[in-house]
Amino acid sequence: MSFEIRVDGAPVAAEPGRTVAGVLLALGKDSWRDTRRNARPRGVFCGIGVCFDCLVVVNGVPDVRACQRTVVPGDDIRTQHGAELPGTGES
Amino acid sequence: MSGRVVVVGAGPAGMAAAIGAADAGGPVLLVDSAAGPGGQYYRQRAVGRRTPSSELQNRLTSHPDVTYLPDTSVWALEPADGSHLLRLQTGAADAPGRTVRTVVAAALVLATGAYDRALPFPNWDLPGVYTAGAAQALAKGQGIAVGQRVLVAGTGPFLLPVAASLVAAGAHVTGVLEANRATAIGRTWLGRPAVAARKLGELASYGVVLARHRIGVRYGTAVIAAHGTDRVESVSTARLDLDWNPVPGTRREVAVDAVCVGYGFNAQLELAVSARCALTTAPDGGGAVVVDTDQRTSVPGVYAAGELTGVGGAGAAEAEGAVAGAAAAHQLGHGTGPTSAQRQLVARGNRLAATLAAAYPVRDGWRGWLTGDTLVCRCEEVSYDELSEAVRTRAATGPRAIKLTSRAGLGLCQGRVCARNTAELLGVPLDHTAAAGRPIAVPVRLGDLARTPLEEQ
Repeated sequence: MSFEIRVDGAPVAAEPGRTVAGVLLALGKDSWRDTRRNARPRGVFCGIGVCFDCLVVVNGVPDVRACQRTVVPGDDIRTQHGAELPGTGES
Repeated sequence: MSGRVVVVGAGPAGMAAAIGAADAGGPVLLVDSAAGPGGQYYRQRAVGRRTPSSELQNRLTSHPDVTYLPDTSVWALEPADGSHLLRLQTGAADAPGRTVRTVVAAALVLATGAYDRALPFPNWDLPGVYTAGAAQALAKGQGIAVGQRVLVAGTGPFLLPVAASLVAAGAHVTGVLEANRATAIGRTWLGRPAVAARKLGELASYGVVLARHRIGVRYGTAVIAAHGTDRVESVSTARLDLDWNPVPGTRREVAVDAVCVGYGFNAQLELAVSARCALTTAPDGGGAVVVDTDQRTSVPGVYAAGELTGVGGAGAAEAEGAVAGAAAAHQLGHGTGPTSAQRQLVARGNRLAATLAAAYPVRDGWRGWLTGDTLVCRCEEVSYDELSEAVRTRAATGPRAIKLTSRAGLGLCQGRVCARNTAELLGVPLDHTAAAGRPIAVPVRLGDLARTPLEEQ
């Protein structure tokens, strides 16, 4: 039932119904973004889509709430650095 | 009369509203941002074996007259000729390429729920600090405990099921810290024996789980600081006086890898504000939509149910939803409207909300937990010193001036997390309508907008 996705370039097995936050927390990660101003680490805070702390890059698109997004086969998940613009890839 | 009832939000209130309106014979559209109905309270396991669905979920999904749109958020709401236009986007959360469309609501039921109120304390921005609701959502939906040694702290009965869920997900819960004193809480419940009789049985069931795992509830105690470099390594707890000032000499450091905090809830008010609904201050001090005994808001054709009208929990929300759904359908010529028995259940829910607010207040002493470098606004990383400085040197007094001079509330969450705290820290009254005014209710990608004409379907 599980399928493969990538997390910061490395292949990772994920189960259907996992959120991006669920995948990352299960990997033992608790932060995957650094803030724009002080470059401080952030991960899940509110867990229900309200606080926008858990933003992550999915398939090259930044500002995806990890707690709200369900992974699908082939998803490419990457740490988000500061304010990234869509389509620019690296910050 | 014609047209359909549109219900926004598929938690207890929204599900009950959709069923109530459909039972009355009206066609109903139910939109919700999650993948399945239930909201926070009836959240089912999404990974592995699914947890059983509630009776409300079963009735909803089997109802022939309810069209249910999951994975759908309302990004804007506009009044139009006696009805309302809802701008919807459907698809994977925050993904580009979602379907954008507009639907017309002849009658509209808002059941958008609430989210945890978190109070700031030093280093509350460290990873490993979660809201109680985050821990609950991850445990129930994903089967994941947010840490191995977890402390739960805040105020209110919601802390108990959160601790129980953490245990079920495999965490060692080192304790539950309730900031209010047991004697004060007990007095409030004892003064309302009928309300207590109905609620305390449910709370006792969580007490049994906690006792079995030897998890103690400490009253009059709070987490007043977190410590760590890039994540939480420990927290400081302290006894609180009646006003929530830390009692000198009671500070203790506790090693944990996660802490979950919840100080009541804030209602999700932006769509109600977009609909121009009048708001009031709820018994707990937060913003709430004004409704009558039919759950009618100040705007004709718009109803509100659940935490939006005052935080009373799932049972109260379901009762309000049933009334709102029946009333909305009746307005469109279906059924006979809410029954007096249904209205009595709502009145009972309102009494519970008032009791909860009285038993678990947030006291002013929390403002003394902050240090100068404690972030008030997490998004824009505005510290307490920076906030105070901006307000003082630029003589900002109103909420908008405070926001523009300090940047607190201008970030990604649009003040959802900090607006109420900022107002209390500065001692300015919170204008609920201004604080929750977000014409774009959730982010929408411009490419998706550009691709789609905005006329209604």
